[in-house]
Amino acid sequence: MSNVKYTESHEWFSVEGDEVTVGITDFAQSQLGDVVFVELPEEGAELAAGDEVAVIESVKAAGDISLPFAATVVAVNGALPDEPELVNSDPMGEGWFMRVRPQNPAELEALLSADAYAALVDGE
Amino acid sequence: MNNEVRKTPLYALHEELGGKMVPFAGYAMPIQYRAGIVQEHLHTREAVGMFDVSHMGQLVVRGSDAASALEKLLPIDVQGLAINQQCYAVMTSETGGILDDLIITRWAENEFFLVVNAATAAADIAHLQQHLRGCDIRVLGQQALLAVQGPMAGELIGELAPATRALTFMHGARVELFGEDCYVTRSGYTGEDGFEISVAASAVERVARNLLNDGRVQMIGLGARDTLRLEAGLCLYGNDMDRDTTPVEASLLWSIAKSRRADGAKAGGFLGADVVLGQIAEGVARKRVGFSVQGKIPVRAGADLIDEAGNVVGKVTSGGYGPTLGAAVGMAYVDRGYEKIGTSLQALVRGRSIPIVVAKTPFVPQRYYRG
Repeated sequence: MSNVKYTESHEWFSVEGDEVTVGITDFAQSQLGDVVFVELPEEGAELAAGDEVAVIESVKAAGDISLPFAATVVAVNGALPDEPELVNSDPMGEGWFMRVRPQNPAELEALLSADAYAALVDGE
Repeated sequence: MNNEVRKTPLYALHEELGGKMVPFAGYAMPIQYRAGIVQEHLHTREAVGMFDVSHMGQLVVRGSDAASALEKLLPIDVQGLAINQQCYAVMTSETGGILDDLIITRWAENEFFLVVNAATAAADIAHLQQHLRGCDIRVLGQQALLAVQGPMAGELIGELAPATRALTFMHGARVELFGEDCYVTRSGYTGEDGFEISVAASAVERVARNLLNDGRVQMIGLGARDTLRLEAGLCLYGNDMDRDTTPVEASLLWSIAKSRRADGAKAGGFLGADVVLGQIAEGVARKRVGFSVQGKIPVRAGADLIDEAGNVVGKVTSGGYGPTLGAAVGMAYVDRGYEKIGTSLQALVRGRSIPIVVAKTPFVPQRYYRG
């Protein structure tokens, strides 16, 4: 979809109006394996670009998500604490992590398009 | 050191089954298959999981006084083993440290079969050669090893080789499976009833494929092997014990035969006995314990443990999520005074304090077949 952007570190950002939903890609979840715990930020938290905003623990290892732009957290996925496996089963849907409001939405333009991300994953 | 990654005879089968191959102890081994670690773990607890453990070292020690010679290196009653009986043993160093942990089986009066860890196999062989001068030490380089584990394993292997039905935990027999000569022992490292099958490398793929044709059997990777053994409270060599820890510190007192202790009929006589028996008498400054975590946050190896005052009083050596439990558990070394079951401590995870409680192991009840 044209309104979804990606990072090289396998996060996706779905832009709807002035809000952005954040998650990890199907490739990322398949690399992580079974997700057993997700640590999310507080609603209302002010995050700077590059901040680590969530921790994902799989059976094998811990990973984290960082935000490539400054933003305010407007909502977190309340289902994840009880059902972290949603990250595996539906990473681009029910397994979303949080919704944020970017300080400068133009910064999203610099992120990867779906095609560019697909090419990146093909190379890995 | 040889940096070349070795392959087991089941490498092609692992790839065919979608195994995610990772380097492990010099071998390319499957960490998991398509189903994933949690499903593989649960399948082993419910039906039968099959593991390729061909990377482990298989050795035979033979000699007219092999039993007494082996007692110089292993603090168990080797001479008391019946033919086809096996025993878990730690191999101690001069300073009482653990060089490896292994399973020894008496094949004949003067012949013993040893299964040792892959990463320590070369050092183990050198150690045996150095200390067992009158013995012949042979590496079974052309022998593969399968572990078949789970509550339906007894029924499955019993159908294929009825003689195995009579086997109780830690006993073995030479039987045919699918027409292939196998040495089958009722043992394993998952806490479940199950078998380890030593079979020629040239025949293992045929045996494995035949077993996989049975609907109860699924191939399981090293990831689930690790979560299964952790839930079973079993030590992993290199993590929960090593040459700098003694069997007393590692809470493996049960692996030292009564007859080899200070008041036993064959007291001492193994490498490091003075240190180990001294520690049994006087206690140790730190000890391995199990712990449970409230909830699902994995507390992994390397995490520090602190007491109420914030003092570091321990370190985690194995830890993670236990799929059967739906909770996080682990093992740690704690200073004397903190080892009691029920002791509350905090684990430091990414700068946060996670409450843990020292707990009894195994975390999941063992289901060995004792007859």
